[in-house]
Amino acid sequence: MVGKLALEQRKDLAVATTLTVNGNTHTLDVEPWTSLLDLLRERLQLTGSKKGCDHGQCGACTVLVNDVRVNSCLCLAVMHDGDAVTTIEGLGSEGNLSPIQQAFVDHDGYQCGYCTPGQICSAVGMLKEGHAKTEADVREQMSGNVCRCGAYPGIVAAVRHIMATSQTEGAR
Amino acid sequence: MNNFEYVRAEGLDGAARFVAGHHGAKFIGGGTNLVDLMKYNVEKPTALVDLNRLAMRSVTELPYGGLRLGALVTNSEVAYHPVVSAKYPLLSRAILAGASAQLRNKATTGGNLLQRTRCVYFYDTAVPCNKREPGTGCPAKEGINRSMAILGTSVSCIATHPSDMCVALAALGATVQVAGTQGSRSIPFAEFHRLPGDQPQVDTTLAVDEIVTSVDLPAAGFAGHSAYIKVRDRQSYAFALVSVAAGFELADGIITKAGIALGGVAHKPWRNAELERSLLIGKPANRDTYHAFQLALLAGAQGYGENDFKLKIAPVTVVRAMEQAAHEGEQA
Repeated sequence: MVGKLALEQRKDLAVATTLTVNGNTHTLDVEPWTSLLDLLRERLQLTGSKKGCDHGQCGACTVLVNDVRVNSCLCLAVMHDGDAVTTIEGLGSEGNLSPIQQAFVDHDGYQCGYCTPGQICSAVGMLKEGHAKTEADVREQMSGNVCRCGAYPGIVAAVRHIMATSQTEGAR
Repeated sequence: MNNFEYVRAEGLDGAARFVAGHHGAKFIGGGTNLVDLMKYNVEKPTALVDLNRLAMRSVTELPYGGLRLGALVTNSEVAYHPVVSAKYPLLSRAILAGASAQLRNKATTGGNLLQRTRCVYFYDTAVPCNKREPGTGCPAKEGINRSMAILGTSVSCIATHPSDMCVALAALGATVQVAGTQGSRSIPFAEFHRLPGDQPQVDTTLAVDEIVTSVDLPAAGFAGHSAYIKVRDRQSYAFALVSVAAGFELADGIITKAGIALGGVAHKPWRNAELERSLLIGKPANRDTYHAFQLALLAGAQGYGENDFKLKIAPVTVVRAMEQAAHEGEQA
């Protein structure tokens, strides 16, 4: 009972918002203060994207919006009306991993796995951007994704494997 | 985060009028800083006016040789734009030295100028802060001040401006185009941000209802001789402790044009064009010149304890950036 008034949400401020997530189109009434991350996790039950810091510092929430990697925790969902979002669930599935997912498995690109969906979405975005040529470039351009287990050498190896085998198209 | 109304702007005029007429309403661009501040309840807008549908998303070459960066062009798009890379490499380098790729993909040109300080006291609503709540005091002066300013501070505030991009824009001498209910105007970059004085809650000279529409770069971009050096606690994805953007035009080893700006040391990018005219223009590009210049540029710098190290790092970083800029392109 305590704090009920303070927590009460102004439902009348909700805005009809249409998003295409992993190819499926959803139209939802969304309160303006809902982050894209919360919408994905709480409304669409796509819990692959993780809420690590919720402040754009850890990268665990990284998704692709119109093929560009962003921190979904800092996106207000209502600002993405009409956009196409790709999450880890849209890249591959159990038994049908995308090449980059398989590379993370093959190269020990994770330990606990919490940061992994964000790492993989970020890697896909980085490969699309096409500005990384060297290992140093990969480390610099992946610095927005923090791994507390310290799996960085494996993450870099997985990304470098995809770069070397020129499977950027297949990375989707 | 508080509840607020969401409005999608259809035009500049309507957006400006809405904010002028609704107390507590704010504009939003990329939102990478504003949404974060809202999560901390540092910013509590009553309404957000989303500018993203407005036609401010292009990079266009200007008739006199400059370049117009639309306010909604993302930091990544600016950094990797072929004209920026070729004519304004200083700007590309500064942008890519800041934040992470994800943040640069979302953050806009206009928003980068309008981001707030990352002072820990500003972010913590449980403690006083003159910038967040005017008149409550500034615990930073005798507190955690490792990242704080050493130049242009006031009794009220010792916060720094956190941007890397803005340091390059200051060195380049950019112009900010803005529009509001009273019409449009141009603001020289040096006059866009302000020192804290006794109004640290006011970061810029922008009126509440004014929207940044573009940042215009001058024709001369220091394409041949520029450097951006950023000193920070981590090699990547950390704010500057001290940064220096340096650009020269040289003729037979003599400086004919210069732009030197510092980040991480003040409430705004720190540049002194008057000192550049008197101590750099017409002088030989050598270490004696750079040393005399840094002495004058940093005169009056003051530390607050934890940030005293900046008094030593800033001079050497200025000299190093100027040397690197002057020698850019030379064979080793």
